[in-house]
Amino acid sequence: MQIYLPIAELSVDVFLLLGLGGAIGFLSGLFGVGGGFLMTPILIFIGIPPPVAVGTEANQIVASSVSGVLAHWRRGNVDFKMGGILLLGGLFGSTLGVWLFAILRQLGQIDLVIKLCYVTFLGIIGGLMFVESLRALGRRRRATAARDKMHKHTWIHGLPLKMRFRRSKLYISALLPAGVGVLVGVLSAIMGVGGGFIMVPAMIYLLGMPTAVVVGTSLFQIIFVTANVTFLQAYANQTVDVVLAVILLTGAVIGAQFGARVGAKLRGEQLRILLALMVLVVCGKLLYDLTVTPADLYSIGGRE
Amino acid sequence: MIRIAALLTVLFAAAPLRAAPIVVDLSEHLVAITAGFAGAEVLLFGAVDEPGDVVVIVRGPTRPMIIYRKSRHFGIWVNADHMTFEDVPAYYAIASTRPLEEIAAPTVLARNEMGVENLRLELPRAKASPNVAQDWRDALIRNQQRAGLYPAEVGRVGFLGDRLFRARLALPANVPTGAYEAKVYYLREGQIVSAQTTPLFVSKVGVEAEIFDFAYEQSALYGIIAILVALMAGWLAHIAFRRA
Repeated sequence: MQIYLPIAELSVDVFLLLGLGGAIGFLSGLFGVGGGFLMTPILIFIGIPPPVAVGTEANQIVASSVSGVLAHWRRGNVDFKMGGILLLGGLFGSTLGVWLFAILRQLGQIDLVIKLCYVTFLGIIGGLMFVESLRALGRRRRATAARDKMHKHTWIHGLPLKMRFRRSKLYISALLPAGVGVLVGVLSAIMGVGGGFIMVPAMIYLLGMPTAVVVGTSLFQIIFVTANVTFLQAYANQTVDVVLAVILLTGAVIGAQFGARVGAKLRGEQLRILLALMVLVVCGKLLYDLTVTPADLYSIGGRE
Repeated sequence: MIRIAALLTVLFAAAPLRAAPIVVDLSEHLVAITAGFAGAEVLLFGAVDEPGDVVVIVRGPTRPMIIYRKSRHFGIWVNADHMTFEDVPAYYAIASTRPLEEIAAPTVLARNEMGVENLRLELPRAKASPNVAQDWRDALIRNQQRAGLYPAEVGRVGFLGDRLFRARLALPANVPTGAYEAKVYYLREGQIVSAQTTPLFVSKVGVEAEIFDFAYEQSALYGIIAILVALMAGWLAHIAFRRA
């Protein structure tokens, strides 16, 4: 059954969209990730204009983060103070990102920049995750290896504006989470992602937050940043397709339930290797498309 | 269909008496893009006073169009050059009773923009030498053809008897919205005897149209509503999830 998407301005099979939403929702439930970094490129693959894919995906992530954060909140796994600082940076970064987006669109380079950002970040994250989870599997076999020192003092701890974050049990400079927030905000606007796949590693490895509060706090921040992106993309670029967002969402909600159940039965390292491989496949496909000689060197630009 | 038959009867009966050498009409003047829109077919029909040839040209609204050309930088294909064509028809389709080259001389075809190759697509300034400009022109047409907006095949205008003709105009699912016109040329012995234009509107109707207009006219409010819808959906999902 075809449905006409008013903002993307094309007809797509509604069951294809529900299926995609369901599949990505399944994966996000399985791996505990937002799924934006998989959904946006796949929307681009099926022919949704990249700017619309990005704007709409931000809208969908608002919804999936809300349902996620409510569950974490009940368990007390949200560090609101840390989330607030991340959010300040995130709002600034995402506003900057939407502005950049509009300029790049005028220059006719937005599609390229979206794809390059994906190739870069999917490549880095996928690669790191793959190596790390392989090592974790190895460690499991060799049993006890030498443990790293718990706390290393680096230049990071010399930054000004130190603050205490009780729930995260940290005493660090506020500039650090704010900086992470800005970076993730820019990426959120340009890539149509929540940015969890960058923020979560940054929170663990860079800020040193305890794993338990990482996911809830990042979800908390993602709601507001993607809401900001949704608003600004709708306001400045008219690239948010509510119809598309609602269809994807419906599939994603159902898929996520099954994903979470299956995920509970699988081992963490295996899950991460699978996720890493999938991220690398998407990255490879995008990179291939950028480097292979196009069938037609000429293309028609978007709406003026 | 009964309405069309009735009209045809009237036309046919009236044809010998009329001063106009050609009369045409469409089965509908409004193509509505609704939620389930997957293309549309409009029937064009009419009558001529004496046997001859009929050429139908359907044109969409004109608009400026940017064409990008990619070139390779550091192994990656990047949009490097661009050109803007003014007044490009968003849609162009042609149908005729016989192959165009049998109907009229090339000069007649060219003067009346019959056939995609005769479309006047001018670059605003002489930015490039003529053959480079031709490359850009060809690229524009090729891209439009690939999108199904400039059908490469010349459609068929069929005669029923000597005077009545009809043609099916198939509009694809991605047809741009706006004011179209169907111009019908009536030729005898290679010369245009008469021409008739009839309007056709393609517009979004219903919820789709309202969402689109809302998104463009009240962007801020649209953005807020999009967020509220998402918040609501997330909350509902949470409730459903908790129960499960």
